[in-house]
Amino acid sequence: MGRFVIRRLVGTVLVLFAVSVLTFLIFNVVPNSDPAARMAGKNATPELIASINEEWGFNDSLPQQYITMMGKIFSGDLISYEGREPVDERIVEGIPATISLCIGAAAIWMFFGILFGYLSAVRAGGWLDRTLTIVAVAGISMPVFWLAAILLNYLAYETGIFPSQGYTKLTENPLDWAYHLVLPWVTLAILYLGFYSRVLRSSMLDVMNEDYVRTARAKGLSERRVMRKHVTRNSLIPIVTLFGLDFGALLGGAILIEKIFSLNGVGQYAEEALANFDLPPIMAITLYGAFFVVLFNSLVDIAYAYLDPRIRLGESAQ
Amino acid sequence: MAGVPADPNLAAGPASSPWRLALRRLRRNRVALGFLGLFVAIVVFVIAAPLWADHVAHTGPNATHTLERITVGGEKRDVVNPEGKPLGPQWFGAGGKFFLGADSRLGRDEMVRLMYGGRTSLIIGVVSALITTLLATVLGLLSGYYRGWTDSVISRAMDVLWAFPVLLLAIALGVSLAIGGLKIGPVEISGGSIWIPILIIGFVSTPYMARPLRGEVLSLREKEFVEAAVAQGAGSMRVMFAELLPNLWSTIIVFFTLNIAGNMLLEAGLSYLGVGVQPPNSSWGTMIATGNDLITSAPLLTIIPGTMILLTVLSLNVFGDGLRDALDPKSKVRFEAHAGVAATGAAGTEGLEELGR
Repeated sequence: MGRFVIRRLVGTVLVLFAVSVLTFLIFNVVPNSDPAARMAGKNATPELIASINEEWGFNDSLPQQYITMMGKIFSGDLISYEGREPVDERIVEGIPATISLCIGAAAIWMFFGILFGYLSAVRAGGWLDRTLTIVAVAGISMPVFWLAAILLNYLAYETGIFPSQGYTKLTENPLDWAYHLVLPWVTLAILYLGFYSRVLRSSMLDVMNEDYVRTARAKGLSERRVMRKHVTRNSLIPIVTLFGLDFGALLGGAILIEKIFSLNGVGQYAEEALANFDLPPIMAITLYGAFFVVLFNSLVDIAYAYLDPRIRLGESAQ
Repeated sequence: MAGVPADPNLAAGPASSPWRLALRRLRRNRVALGFLGLFVAIVVFVIAAPLWADHVAHTGPNATHTLERITVGGEKRDVVNPEGKPLGPQWFGAGGKFFLGADSRLGRDEMVRLMYGGRTSLIIGVVSALITTLLATVLGLLSGYYRGWTDSVISRAMDVLWAFPVLLLAIALGVSLAIGGLKIGPVEISGGSIWIPILIIGFVSTPYMARPLRGEVLSLREKEFVEAAVAQGAGSMRVMFAELLPNLWSTIIVFFTLNIAGNMLLEAGLSYLGVGVQPPNSSWGTMIATGNDLITSAPLLTIIPGTMILLTVLSLNVFGDGLRDALDPKSKVRFEAHAGVAATGAAGTEGLEELGR
């Protein structure tokens, strides 16, 4: 077990290193991405560009530039090219909004995903199952930003039921915080909700055919008890796994949602930085994002290796 | 969708090949067939774009009519009124011109753009899914068959792509390539070409298909028929492409269908952020972005292209599901996550079958 964990951790570090190199390369190999020219503005003199190149170290070799940038990421004094502001401050500023968005959405989709999945499995083939299936598949098939735009138009601009944008700090006013986040939560959750309820439904239908479920029925347990204690519990395993993986990767979903609802979180910062070719924040955010993906991937793997010895053995056999 | 249970009676039919059995199961799945019909209808709709443009609307997808006026029932109307609001749907009031109204201040015909935009969206979805499928199949076969260091290299490379929040990687590539274009050896692609989003989307979706395929190859290669082929002196290429590949077809077909759906959503997201399809070309994603600027005064301009995406992706998802039920009723391999994966940039939703092994 110890060796398995260590191997995963080493793999994680290597993957993060590769992610950082790849991001760095994408933005340095690109034509027209010359940061000095962009920073100097439209009517820049060659001297100005040269001095910026000198000052920011753009004349160094690429590996040298990479090392300098990574050093700054770890020491926390990364400065963005656009606006020349400390990247860490912006990220730290954005984190509460992004985390509020992700946790709230996750709570909604887990609750309703499990509820809907349970109901459609118990009533498999019935009208409730069919209705929920249609809702779920439609939720999976929608562009999130489109749904967000429509909800914004009808529930915020036209009727004013919800605020159209902005983020209020939880510590300032919890009610206002939730009020501002309802629409973003719902939009982000709908997509996952559909997916989770489908996965739970199919996994419950599989479990219902297991021998131990028949045994439970045979020994006279009530249908309710069989469903709750024997079927649902075992069917939740894939859901928990998925949750670990999806939650780690939620930053991607946050980009679109934060942009359309102007939440000023990390996702929106990422989008701004990408649009401006602003490499330092892109590097930092991509690394944080990748770190969470890899972290949650590894946590899930380790949890599974702990639960299922076959996975551990399979790995070492390769 | 309503799952088609494996019917023991089906197997008893005379001389039933697995494909014929699958077709029979598929034919019984009315819902899946209905949605296939919907998808075909959408394809016909976008193929008919030039017909509509030339013979009904008499304009092209990128032609602007800002200062023009049209006659509807003897009454003159501005295509774009002095406040900048585009004309609403005219249906057949102007002989089919501006059937769905004008798209923006530029006064382009929304219906014509919708049809041509659908072409772009579908082409991007299908071609990028072809690229993903090709890459994923080759990589899955190589790493699953050779194992050892080949597998290590490929799997680690996939891990790296997997670790990126998908949307972030796609946007990064989109931003950089949309400005500079792409140059690979003698092939040069300009920044505005739809090949840029096609290649980006095809590339970033690859790990999500390669991983489950690799898993399947890993288990298939232990089967007796592979041993038999090797015993007969078959080489690696022959085992991979003549023995293993045919056994992967059913999975590949299902993945391909669902991948088109996921890729179309990713295209919409990228185009919405301005790093997918570049103007003046339209796609359903760019049309949502354009329409969104006028959402309070003309909500239909946002609703219509989004509904087209929803219907197309929905029909592919439902049909793909039915296809899986028909081809492999007991399949544990799940790919349906991909729609969600692509749309939000969430990674790892196929962890299921990884863990099932």
